[in-house]
Amino acid sequence: MGIAEKTTARYRNLMSASPTAFVNARLVDPETGAETRGGLLVEDGRILDFGEQIAPGAFSRDTGVIDCAGNVLSPGLIDLRAYVGEPGGEHRESIATATAAAAAGGVTTLVASPDTSPVTDDPAVVDFLKRRARDHGRVRVLPAAAISKGLDGKEISEFGLLREAGAVAFTDGSHSIRNSQTLRRALTYARDFDALIVHFPEDRDLAGAGVMNAGELATRLGLSGAPREAEAIALDRDIRLVRMTGARYCAAPISTSLALETIAKAKAEGLPVSCGVTINHLTLNENDIGDYRTFLKVKPPLRREEERLALVEAVASGLIDIIFSDHDPQDVETKRLPFAEADFGAVGLETLLPAALRLVHAGAVSLPQVLRAMTSRPADILRLPQGRLKKGAPADLIVFDPDEPFVLNKDVLKSRCKNTPFDEARLQGVVKTTMVAGVVVHGKDARIFS
Amino acid sequence: MSPAYTFSQRHLLGIEGLNRLEILHLLDLAEEAVAVSRQVQKHKASLAGRTLINLFFENSTRTQSSFELAGKRLGADVMNMSVATSSVKKGETLIDTAMTLNAMRPDIIVVRHAQAGAAHLLARKVDCAVVNAGDGAHEHPTQALLDALTIRRNKGRIENLNVAICGDVLHSRVARSNIILLSALGARVRVVGPSTLMPTGIANLGVEVYHTMREGLKDADIVMMLRLQRERMSGAFIPSTREYFRFFGLDAEKLAYARPDALVMHPGPMNRGVEIDSSVADGDQSLIREQVEMGVAVRMAVLEALARNLPNG
Repeated sequence: MGIAEKTTARYRNLMSASPTAFVNARLVDPETGAETRGGLLVEDGRILDFGEQIAPGAFSRDTGVIDCAGNVLSPGLIDLRAYVGEPGGEHRESIATATAAAAAGGVTTLVASPDTSPVTDDPAVVDFLKRRARDHGRVRVLPAAAISKGLDGKEISEFGLLREAGAVAFTDGSHSIRNSQTLRRALTYARDFDALIVHFPEDRDLAGAGVMNAGELATRLGLSGAPREAEAIALDRDIRLVRMTGARYCAAPISTSLALETIAKAKAEGLPVSCGVTINHLTLNENDIGDYRTFLKVKPPLRREEERLALVEAVASGLIDIIFSDHDPQDVETKRLPFAEADFGAVGLETLLPAALRLVHAGAVSLPQVLRAMTSRPADILRLPQGRLKKGAPADLIVFDPDEPFVLNKDVLKSRCKNTPFDEARLQGVVKTTMVAGVVVHGKDARIFS
Repeated sequence: MSPAYTFSQRHLLGIEGLNRLEILHLLDLAEEAVAVSRQVQKHKASLAGRTLINLFFENSTRTQSSFELAGKRLGADVMNMSVATSSVKKGETLIDTAMTLNAMRPDIIVVRHAQAGAAHLLARKVDCAVVNAGDGAHEHPTQALLDALTIRRNKGRIENLNVAICGDVLHSRVARSNIILLSALGARVRVVGPSTLMPTGIANLGVEVYHTMREGLKDADIVMMLRLQRERMSGAFIPSTREYFRFFGLDAEKLAYARPDALVMHPGPMNRGVEIDSSVADGDQSLIREQVEMGVAVRMAVLEALARNLPNG
């Protein structure tokens, strides 16, 4: 355990008893879209009260005060999928580094993807992750378990036991389940346990060896492409299976307007369907690959600008439920290769918020709308109490200046790997304070005036 | 003769990114190199003291030997590195190999690799000039230059010629480089082949697309055949080689669809009886052997042009 982590753990014990007040804040409640000036009071790790009445001098003397200086105060972000490196990928990431990155990026809850080694398909691994997160994590780490044992798409894992151990969702990560019978059984069985299935819809045979979006640009670059239809065909199948089984299903990540059409129909029909999109697909397109930049090699591939615009519009309309980082640290060895040989994946925990704010600054989506997709909507879908400004809700909160500009320097990222697609990008939005369960885990802390 | 326009590139990674004048400059330089190569005394000293490394991750006979001869005729020290004998077999990455070679201070590295973008990656990491000798299905710029030179010498021009590029366009770097280069010089380029061997969005590159040889070869001045990779011959992209030859193999009968003075080209190595019939490959209309000669000349031109832009060049 590092010094910083020890300090955090000790600090947590000290702080949990004393109340904290945020003052001079622009309170944004993503769930209702309400914006108010005022403050927020935290006690015992929960939101005690908030509103205009919480002003300097309106609380007891032992209360720590965080002056928000007019910045936004909102629930901390909930990230549907991030790779934390443990167990088995500690050269790429660890719970300590992933959660340090999360805290810096304003992510207060992250769902750990199960593509670990060993795969999170056994209750013991879920338990391991929870203990490691308790001892080394700055933010909440919730394990997702695999749908299929070993992520091989054949046998379903122990949904009941895994859920009891603490798995919040079931997903095979970026492995799409090829066998329709297996997915049907998984959905059927998941329904009995009211388990959420998060599935990446991709027809693996049609996507084939594609390393980027199929089209003119792939042809020019001489790279093999994965067509949009690979996503559409798999999602159509998935929705039919959801209709057969009635299980809670979240399609993530999706990347095309074809998928949006299918999701819209399924939702109109009243199926228990939701969907998520990665921050990369909302803010980048295939042209960003430029001269074979492997940090922009992600799965599904970045699509054309028209597709990106359709996704942004769907965030604004609420058709897309969730925006997530898809944080996937890759070391130099797997990225410093010719494009087709490089691994997929990009880090994203620390850039999730500023990248998402690009949509707000572009006037495409309002601030509460974009925050909703990273707070209360994922909370609803994962059935979590945090992610809302509500009395009694967990005090997982962030203070950020949505306008403060900066140029991203990948070397200052806290993640162990630096494979960001936003290196040297101009971004706006800086997190000033991150609080988890009433404890400040990043940035400006409370001062006690006495 | 010294052409008025200059060539200011540091590397030759593709035809894309070159302007028309730069292409013409290289072709004119290559004409001079043809003259040099036809003398008994074939040596020039323009690369004297320079080191050229041929780094070939894919097997190649004609391209590698052609670069080697070009370098030697210009007086450079030439080293050939092929994968079979190198530490790439021991798991060293492209970048590490490049950095190792870079430390030996070469002036020019010629690279061939099975993956698109490999030459770009290399160029970002080394200090010397990089020549792309073929990267995956992306580009093969010196092949396109030698094809253009061959056409210009035989037809006297490139502008307004109908050029039909036939066969496996999907996997062909030769096709991509030729489409860009010949279009830039004013030729009307078409591609001909089964739809399974046509890349998505190829029409956006400014070519006409045909799926029968009768239509595709009509009024063609140049018929450029592409090699069908053996591993792609059965099942996945086309049903069989005999079916392919029946519909897309160039024989005398199909060549008759083109103009009577049409000329036949092939980047080699040929699959006789698959994409081209021997009678056509060795016939009067064939330029295939001349292409090989032009290959050396074009590579001399490229090396000379890049050497001029080297530090102390």
